[in-house]
Amino acid sequence: MDINDLRAIVTVVSFLTFLGIVWWAYGVKANKKRFEEAAMLPFADEEAERAELGLDRNRERKAS
Amino acid sequence: MSETQSTYNYKVVRQFAVMTVIWGIVGMLVGVIIAAQMVWPELNMGWLHFGRLRPLHTNAVIFAFGGCALFATSYYVVQRTCHTRIFSDGLAAFTFWGWQLVIVLAAITLPLGITQGKEYAELEWPIDILITVVWVAYAIVFFGTIAKRKVTHIYVANWFYGGYILAVALLHVVNSAAIPVSLTKSYSAYAGVQDAMVQWWYGHNAVGFFLTAGFLGMMYYFVPKQAGRPVYSYRLSVVHFWALIFTYMWAGPHHLHYTALPDWTQSVGMLFSLILLAPSWGGMINGVMTLSGAWHKLRDDPILKFLITSLSFYGMSTFEGPMMAIKTVNALSHYTDWTIGHVHSGALGWVAMISIGSIYYLLPRLFAKPEMFSVKLITVHFWVATIGVVLYIASMWIAGVMQGLMWRAVNADGTLTYSFVESVKASYPFWAIRFLGGCLFLSGMLIMAYNMVKTIAGGRAVDDALVLQPAANHA
Repeated sequence: MDINDLRAIVTVVSFLTFLGIVWWAYGVKANKKRFEEAAMLPFADEEAERAELGLDRNRERKAS
Repeated sequence: MSETQSTYNYKVVRQFAVMTVIWGIVGMLVGVIIAAQMVWPELNMGWLHFGRLRPLHTNAVIFAFGGCALFATSYYVVQRTCHTRIFSDGLAAFTFWGWQLVIVLAAITLPLGITQGKEYAELEWPIDILITVVWVAYAIVFFGTIAKRKVTHIYVANWFYGGYILAVALLHVVNSAAIPVSLTKSYSAYAGVQDAMVQWWYGHNAVGFFLTAGFLGMMYYFVPKQAGRPVYSYRLSVVHFWALIFTYMWAGPHHLHYTALPDWTQSVGMLFSLILLAPSWGGMINGVMTLSGAWHKLRDDPILKFLITSLSFYGMSTFEGPMMAIKTVNALSHYTDWTIGHVHSGALGWVAMISIGSIYYLLPRLFAKPEMFSVKLITVHFWVATIGVVLYIASMWIAGVMQGLMWRAVNADGTLTYSFVESVKASYPFWAIRFLGGCLFLSGMLIMAYNMVKTIAGGRAVDDALVLQPAANHA
């Protein structure tokens, strides 16, 4: 086999992998929920946000 | 749970955030100086002539200003979205001091003329090795933090930061391969056109992964946070990430159109550059549409103004880029000031503005303040910076197209219509406008520095931001 065949195969496999990723993102129903969860990650950290505002200076504060 | 809870490491974030502003001023000041040297050539003196200062400018703004912004935001975002303290405080501190040392060494060696002569990779081999060591430490800290995350998902911003860290490591090590002949001199491991191709494979991916993927990581965290709503489409962000990864690596040859590089390689580079338009605009739309239904916030929130305007410039320059990669367009634009204008629409409009917005978001939070010392001054900064960018790129467009047309103009008998120096003479007014634009952008950074100092002055370094256990989320 010519090295160029291998190069062509790698390109085609890469493209198919990408199409697979698109299908995984848009076609798989089960992913809808996990994506929604993941998208909310930046908002799930209120405790630290209070400290950032200088509202809570008590280090020994009990976890709620 | 009665034991003392763990806290986030904000110290390293604070250090990098403050240095972002300081290096931004230094790097942009050097930029303004070399812009002045174009207008007033008598300013080229000794070690401080254009040829020595130009690499200092690019290295300072890309790796010192941009680099510090990426370190600061990635360390902040990865901790907060993984709900865990950074992997190693010691290694994180090492990346800070190591990176500052790299910057100082660059500032010393480049004016002395110690250089490998590769664009954006000028630093000589001992500094290259130091960069590699710091970068490996960075990767360990970042991926170590992801490994010990307390949540199931890896938030999309971390995918972009992770991709940028891995790709930059690969690019830096391959392109910097060299044979040293002394402490301050080395020769590239590659020869001829291969050397040029390796260099621009590196150069364009420095744009793609350092200046794009990393800053998209910023976008995916700070735009949703400042807008107060999750990203427009998370699944689009997944496709955005992989499309960018699969495409960018191939676009480099468009820097070498009509050179000794084989023609088919140039065509591949052009084609992949055109394909790049799709993921770039997909990402931009995803960022901008995050604001849909909350457009009114744009009216009185200058931080959002910075973030969203940066995305507009990102869209503009990622449209312009693929167009300029088309061979026939490139025949006109290459080697002219059009390229300089394009780069700065990306560098000032996109990279600098999203960094400035993100740092404005971070600074008060790192110093226990509800907001910056003066929100009004952020608005002033925004308008000064925007006018500066517009002046810069508009003048370079005109100068660039004019130069391209003058260089290619021929008389009926086939001789050149203009000598080179005539195009230089015709460019002076536009170089003066560019200088003015640069001055405006730099003054914006000085306003930011004043605002930063005032914010820090009355603040307290936050070191007690508790790591919230995700389980407590439901309590």
